Amino acid sequence: MTPTEFGPTGIKCPTRTRFSRALGLAALVGIAWLALFGLVLSPDDRVQREGVRILYVHVPSAWLAYLAFVVTGLASAAYLFPKTRSLTWDRIAGASAEVGVLFMGITLVSGSLWGHISWGTYWTWDSRLTTTAFLFVTYIGYLAVRGLGGSQQQRARRSAVVALLALLEVPLVHFSVKWWRPLHQGESVAEKELEGLMLFSLFVGIIAFTLLYVWLVLHRQRVLAMEDSLADRGLDTALAERRQEALPR
Amino acid sequence: MEPVVRLADVVAVLGGFPVLAGASLQVGKGEIVLLRGPNGAGKTSLLRLCAGLLPVERGEAVVLGCDLVADLTAVRSRVGLLGHSNGLYADLSVADNVGFWGATVGATPAEIQGAMESMGLDTRLAPVLVGRLSAGQRRRTALACLVARRAQLWLLDEPHAGLDAAGRDELDATLRGAAAAGATVMVASHELERAGSLATRVVEVIGGQVFPVDPGGGR
Amino acid sequence: MNTLHIARLVAAKDLRIEWRSRVVTNQVLPFAALVMVMFAFALDNDTVLPRVAPGLVWLAAMFSLLVLVQRTFAVETADGALDALRVAGVGPAGIFLGKSLALAVQLTVLEVMLLGAAVVLYRTELVAGGVVLLVTTYLAATLGLAFVGTLYGGLAAGAKGRETLLPLLLLPVVAPVLIGATRATEAALGTNDATPSEGWPWIGLLALFAVIFGAGGSLAFGSLIDE
Repeated sequence: MTPTEFGPTGIKCPTRTRFSRALGLAALVGIAWLALFGLVLSPDDRVQREGVRILYVHVPSAWLAYLAFVVTGLASAAYLFPKTRSLTWDRIAGASAEVGVLFMGITLVSGSLWGHISWGTYWTWDSRLTTTAFLFVTYIGYLAVRGLGGSQQQRARRSAVVALLALLEVPLVHFSVKWWRPLHQGESVAEKELEGLMLFSLFVGIIAFTLLYVWLVLHRQRVLAMEDSLADRGLDTALAERRQEALPR
Repeated sequence: MEPVVRLADVVAVLGGFPVLAGASLQVGKGEIVLLRGPNGAGKTSLLRLCAGLLPVERGEAVVLGCDLVADLTAVRSRVGLLGHSNGLYADLSVADNVGFWGATVGATPAEIQGAMESMGLDTRLAPVLVGRLSAGQRRRTALACLVARRAQLWLLDEPHAGLDAAGRDELDATLRGAAAAGATVMVASHELERAGSLATRVVEVIGGQVFPVDPGGGR
Repeated sequence: MNTLHIARLVAAKDLRIEWRSRVVTNQVLPFAALVMVMFAFALDNDTVLPRVAPGLVWLAAMFSLLVLVQRTFAVETADGALDALRVAGVGPAGIFLGKSLALAVQLTVLEVMLLGAAVVLYRTELVAGGVVLLVTTYLAATLGLAFVGTLYGGLAAGAKGRETLLPLLLLPVVAPVLIGATRATEAALGTNDATPSEGWPWIGLLALFAVIFGAGGSLAFGSLIDE
């Protein structure tokens, strides 16, 4: 299937390709696999029993949220460099941010539920959770900046700068929260002993979610490209109308 | 000789709307060009484009040797734009405002004083806070800031509005003086008679495009 | 026109405007004092207040920062002055540094007042051994806040919905300063049995924050105020 081109922007959006179909299928299979392993095949935790299964959603979501954030940062940097400047990078940054916000929300909610099951509290101020919450709000701010209007280039440059500033910000927040509240014993996911089938299920989850992420970003980026090219086409019509004003009545 | 302004089929977009829809214009050094046309035709946008404030969507635009498509910002320091707003600080005095703008280009106190005098802002008005001035006096202050900045291209959007007869005469004298000293002037105005006598050339802006005006009166 | 010269020019201009209009002294300082009083109403506990005083002082500073930033850019957008600064081709890095400097001065006055209010209202006590730490904290934190405020203020200036956009963007970003400055101030004042030596690592963080946003802001400010 040939890639489709859109309007004067000439964007090639190869998403209705065999590759993306295969990707979508793989993601679906991966999620099914995860459900199988996570809900059925993997054993109960000694202490938390069924409750540990939330981890199979929580950890991959967290991984995804950070991956999306890094991708947004890299794509923003790619846009700002004159050699690689292209609105496609801007759209990828935006699409990744949207998917990232979604998964950050899932991470926070699932983490909160798991915390409640494990220790009876919905929230703890450890550095990972707090940094994720901070990132969540920062992302929402980033999306708000994307919606400020102006030409596509202005939007791209403005949001790219904001994304990079946020990237600089994250280590600062992480360290300040970490020094503020050092990790308590037993409250860390990484310290949890996961072995055998449980660990494997976790990896399945990460792989499945990553496939899902790529598929979502690919398609979302395509929609954004179509919106942009629609705006361009709108411009041509508007131009023609504008020029009409000049004709002698 | 290289024209000061060279626009070829320029399209500029503001909020999705094509304010300029294929404008072409050439202006030589020392000219005083009058832009006339109905409201909403694109006169303001044309001036802002030449000042490097409006991105060029399509076409070619070279002002004072700077390619606006490549880089909007390079041309800005050489251009003086007087738009609908005055760019003044209401809490500062006339002298402070003109002094600030002059200082951004390193003007001497004598030059700043000269700029204020050329717009009739005498010692009585100098210490008055801009917020307390009348609209016409504010306009004159803004023009004085322009003079202090020694711009090579003057872009004026309805500069006569709000000025009394004496103020308008002073403005015209200042513009002629600037053109004689080598600056180029583009004026958008509805004051056709007055601006018409001031201008060396008249063009009509309509539908986001620029058309030369036949001296006989038609288009 | 080099950057430092422009910065001095712009800072002088901003401070002169404040001197003439007295908006900060007449409106923002009272607002900040009011915030401190309202904290006392809400917390209503004489043993708690001295212990959380450092945090409240910096919290009030953050809220006042929002108001100060709005003000410093309202001055520019009122008559298209920011536009005019852009037309003039005045280097954006210079504008950024100048406005940050003026903002830092105003912020410092505000913070001193807030500390005074804490001494009076919350019965905070100043400790001689912690003075150096205290002053350093204030310097480092104020600089960082001024840089970041000017940066995001420039972005929000002239944008639709800017009143609500500025807090959304600014407050998450200043979180490290809030944490760091509060902890360092606690160490300097001996609140909750903290010693000054515990405060110095936080100064490192505050200084890093200031450097990152000072440098980043100088580079990024031009793109953010551009149309």
